[in-house]
Amino acid sequence: MSLITPDIGLIFWMVVIFGVVFFILAKFGFPVITSSVEKRSNHIRDSLAAAEQARLSVEEAALKRQQMLEETRTEQGRILREASRERDAIIAEGQQKARDEASEILRSARAEIASEKEEAEREIRAQVSALSLAVAEKVMRKELESDQEQLSLLERYSEEASEAQMS
Amino acid sequence: MLLPWNVSAAAQEASVSDESSSMTDEDESVDMEEYIFGHISDAYEWHIATWKGEEIAIPLPCIVFSDGIKVFSSRKLEHGASYKGLRIAAAGEPHEGKIVRVSDGSRPFDISITKNVLGLLFDSILLIVLILLCSRWYRRHDVLKEAPGGIAGLLEPVIVMIEQDVIKDAVGPEYRKYSPYLLTAFFFILINNLMGIFPFFPGGANITGNIAVTLVLAMFTFFMVNLFGNKHYWKDILWPDVPIFLKAIPIMPAIEIIGMFTKPFSLMIRLFANMLAGHIMLLSTIAVIFLTAKMGPVLNGSLGFVSVLFGIFLDCLELLVAFIQAYVFTMLSSVFIGLAHQHPEKETN
Repeated sequence: MSLITPDIGLIFWMVVIFGVVFFILAKFGFPVITSSVEKRSNHIRDSLAAAEQARLSVEEAALKRQQMLEETRTEQGRILREASRERDAIIAEGQQKARDEASEILRSARAEIASEKEEAEREIRAQVSALSLAVAEKVMRKELESDQEQLSLLERYSEEASEAQMS
Repeated sequence: MLLPWNVSAAAQEASVSDESSSMTDEDESVDMEEYIFGHISDAYEWHIATWKGEEIAIPLPCIVFSDGIKVFSSRKLEHGASYKGLRIAAAGEPHEGKIVRVSDGSRPFDISITKNVLGLLFDSILLIVLILLCSRWYRRHDVLKEAPGGIAGLLEPVIVMIEQDVIKDAVGPEYRKYSPYLLTAFFFILINNLMGIFPFFPGGANITGNIAVTLVLAMFTFFMVNLFGNKHYWKDILWPDVPIFLKAIPIMPAIEIIGMFTKPFSLMIRLFANMLAGHIMLLSTIAVIFLTAKMGPVLNGSLGFVSVLFGIFLDCLELLVAFIQAYVFTMLSSVFIGLAHQHPEKETN
């Protein structure tokens, strides 16, 4: 039967046609397509890898930021604590100083007061002695109103003075 | 040429012959053998339809080497006429349906543009246009920035599927060298299979169901396998790792060398038989309508309805088969090429 006996003419044409088709498609057709597709799939693979890389680095950055934030927070706490300690120290020192100052002022004030008091006492004493002298003068004046008395007193004084000279 | 159009033409023919009283009783019935073989065989003219007793056919050029080259239209040989000492052998003769010498009935060297050759030419041009349009898209566009559309968008998934899933897996690391051939074979078979199902001109020629076509395809695979096979492949054939007594009398080498030829032979037969069987099944299903034409309108109508339904099912099945056979041919060719490129260190024995 002719169905299963290959015909030479058809074989000839098939070789020619398939050969030409193969030549054209293998030269201008499929390599262009497959290389383009491969280029794209490589590009996609690289992009995916880059995206993964980027995701990782973002994650890393976020982690780092978190760490830094925590560090900052502890640092902040530390600084705050230190500052409050410092503040307390300064306040304490200030109070100490103020107390010292106050006691100094008090002491000097007491000394002043004491010296003022002495001065006043001295003045009072001087006044008192002056007053008593004035009083004595007044008293003497009253006793020596008579000439007699004045003379006897003179006499006594001169005696006393000559006795003192002779001795 | 399978199909409703031709079949309705055949019905016309049948009704015409019914009307003509000069026809004998035998001629009135549908000649199943001629009907089926007329559709699946190669021919010197492309028969499209018979309309009111007149044959509508495209005459094709005959190119015959018999006492020098002779080129003429197939119309010259119609209805058993002889021309320049050549005629088409009638039914029952040794070279039935082929051009033979009038003198002794022998076959000259005949490279006529037959129906199958014209179909091949047409399908090949279609294939080249499609693939080159697709590749032109890639030349003109930046593949990294644009998604393919149109023909490129249609063909790219198929090309990628065949190359990545079939060729790359079966051939191995050197697949790039072979992928143009294997892709060409796949698309060539696919487009010819599909055009074979398409009922109207220029489809409908039973190209991949012709053994000459599948023979050439298998030959190409044979050369692709054996011309580029590596040292290990040839050693496996001529001096395989088997006990020495199997090699001293070369039993294993003989089997391996036979195997070299049976592999492409199986490719040839598989594609041929599948496509031919599909065509014959479809034609037979449609033929039921004409065979039952004389059995009364009820039987004819009901069986006709069933055969149309079954024909639709078979057409869908043939669409699937068209793809599967192209896929299988490509996959097996890839596997055979891959076997010729194995490296011994990869073997597990």
